[in-house]
Amino acid sequence: MSDASTPLRRFWTEFRENTVAVFALAVVIAMILLALFASVVSPQNPYDLANLSLMDSRRPPGFVGSGGYTHLLGTDPQGRDLLSAIFYGLRISIQIGLAAGFVSLTIGTALGITAAYLGGRIEALIMRLVDLQLSFPAILLALVMVALLGQGKAQLVGALVAAQYAYFARTAYGAAKAERGKDYIEAALATPLSGRLVVWRHLLPNCTPPLIVVATVQIANSISLEATLSFLGLGLPVTEPSLGMLISNGFPYMMSGRYWISVYPGVALIILIVAINVVGDQVRDQFNPRLRK
Amino acid sequence: MLGFIIQRFLQAVLVMAAMSVIVFGGIYAIGNPVDIVIPPEATQEIREQTIQRLGLDRPLYEQYLIFMGNLLQGDLGRSFVYNIPVLELIGGRLPATLELVLISVISATVLGVSLGIYAGYRPDSWVSKTIMAVSVLGFSVPSFWVGLILILFFAVNLGWLPAGGRGNTVEIWGVAWSFPTLDGLSHIVLPAINLALFKLAMMIRLARAGTREIMLTDTVKFARAAGLSEGTILRRHLLKLISIPIITVFGLELGSTLAFAVVTETIFSWPGVGKLIIDSIAVLDRPVMVAYLILVAFLFVTINFVIDLVFALIDPRVRHGAAT
Repeated sequence: MSDASTPLRRFWTEFRENTVAVFALAVVIAMILLALFASVVSPQNPYDLANLSLMDSRRPPGFVGSGGYTHLLGTDPQGRDLLSAIFYGLRISIQIGLAAGFVSLTIGTALGITAAYLGGRIEALIMRLVDLQLSFPAILLALVMVALLGQGKAQLVGALVAAQYAYFARTAYGAAKAERGKDYIEAALATPLSGRLVVWRHLLPNCTPPLIVVATVQIANSISLEATLSFLGLGLPVTEPSLGMLISNGFPYMMSGRYWISVYPGVALIILIVAINVVGDQVRDQFNPRLRK
Repeated sequence: MLGFIIQRFLQAVLVMAAMSVIVFGGIYAIGNPVDIVIPPEATQEIREQTIQRLGLDRPLYEQYLIFMGNLLQGDLGRSFVYNIPVLELIGGRLPATLELVLISVISATVLGVSLGIYAGYRPDSWVSKTIMAVSVLGFSVPSFWVGLILILFFAVNLGWLPAGGRGNTVEIWGVAWSFPTLDGLSHIVLPAINLALFKLAMMIRLARAGTREIMLTDTVKFARAAGLSEGTILRRHLLKLISIPIITVFGLELGSTLAFAVVTETIFSWPGVGKLIIDSIAVLDRPVMVAYLILVAFLFVTINFVIDLVFALIDPRVRHGAAT
C-alpha cells in the first residue's frame, strides 16, 4: 500500500502505531454503538414501568428475576435490570456530552476567531470576559447555571456550555491569532476576496487541529460534569436516569453492602471517559509539531 | 511597582463590581422567594408585610443598591431558611471547609511535586511510568466516583475509617477543628484523599514537565560541569526554576478546591460551606446563594491579585514589561 495518499490516511497510519489508542478508539465506538442500539441489546426496557417489578429490586448480579432472565449486573432500587439501565444511561450521557461539546465548540470558536480576526476593542472585550471566566472552576459555573436555569436536558446542556465554551474560545483565539499574522492571510486579504471568505476558507480550516483536541477532551469533561451534577441531584429528572443518576440512586444502598447499583454504572462511565481521553491524547500528540520525528 | 499594584487593584475592584451585578441579577431571575418564605396558608396581609420587610417590592436596581450598601458594611442579609445572618451561617461552616481544603492542597502539592520531579528526572523507569499512569487516572476519573469507591473500600468493606461526618472537634479560639483529635483526623482522611487526588495528578504533571525541560537546559549542564552534586542541582536550581508555575497553580487550586469541595462534602456529609450551598440551591435560599457566590468571587479575585503581585516580585519582566 502506498502510504500518505491523503492526509486522513496518513493520520490513520500514524494513529495505528499506538495500540493502546486504537483499542481505546474501539472501546469508544463500541460504547456509542451500545448506546445507539440500547433498545435492541438490552434485555429489558428500563423506562417502561409495566416491565418493572419491585419484587426484583436491589437484587445482586446473577439473580434470575420475575422476567425469567438473569440480571447479569443485578437490579437497582426500582427493580430495573442494571445492565439495561446502563445501556440507556450511556445513551443519555453521550447525548448530553456531544450536544454540550458541539454547542460549546461552535460558540467558543466563533468568539475566539472573531476576536483574533477583528482585533482592537472587540478583541479586548471578548478575551477579557473569557479570561475572567476561565479563572473560575467549571464545576462552580455549571452549578450556578443549573441553579439559575432549573432542571431538564436543554437547561443542563446550557449550563455545561456556559461552563465550557471559554476553553474553545481561548484555543481558537490562540490559533487564529497566530495564523492571522502569517503572510498567506495578509495575501488573501489583499486580494478582492471578502473578509468573510478569508475567515471561512483560510483562517478557520487552519485553526481546526487544536480545536479537535480540545473538543475530545471537553466532550469527556461534559460527560463527567453531567454525571457529577446528576450525582449532586442537580442534573436530569429521575425518569430518564443518566449514568450519574444511576450512581446517585445506588449511593444510599452502598452502606449496606449493595455495591453493584453504584459501582457498575460508574465502571461504564469511567471506561467511556478514560477511552475518550486516551484517544484525545494520541490525537494531540499527532497534531503537536514539537513531537514530530 | 506601585503603579502596577494600583492598576491591578483597580482591575480587581472592577471585576468584583461586575460579578456582584451578574450574581445578583442572575439569582434574582430564578423563582420567587416569597413562595419559600411564606407558608401557602398565610393571609394576603402577612404576605405583603413580608414582601415589604424583605424589600422585594422595590425595583431591582434599588434592591441591588441596598444590597451593596449592606454588603459594604459587612451585612449580607439573613438566610430565609435558618433566619440567622448569612455571614454567621457561612462563617460557622467555613472552618470545616478550610481545614479539609488546606490539608488536601498542601499534601497534594508536597507529594505531587516530589513524585513529579522524580518522574521527570528518570522518565524511563517503571516507577515513573506508574506515577504517570496514576496521574492519568486522577485526571479522568470523576472525583465523586473516587469518593464512592473510597467509602466502599475503607468504610464499608474494611471498616477502617468512618464514611462521613466530622468526628470529635476541639475548640481553638472559639472555632471547632477536627484535625487535633484522633477521631477527627480519621474522619478527615477519606475526604482529604478524595479532594487531593485531582490536584495530585495536576502537580505531578506540572513538576514532571518542568523538570524534563529544565534538566536539558544549559543551567543544569553548567551546574554539572561545575561539579555540583545531582542533589544540589535538584534542590538549588531545579526547584527554584519550576516554582513559578507551581506557585500559580497552588494559588489557583486553593480556590478551585474550595469550589470542588462541594462534591466531596456532599459525598462524605462533611458539614462545610459546600454542603451548605448545595442544600441552599435545593431550597432556593437566595441570600445564602448570593453571599456564597460573592464570597467565592471575592476569593478568586483576591487570589488572582496576590498571584500577580507575587509574580511581579519574582519575575522583573512582569512588572516592567507588559503592564497589560
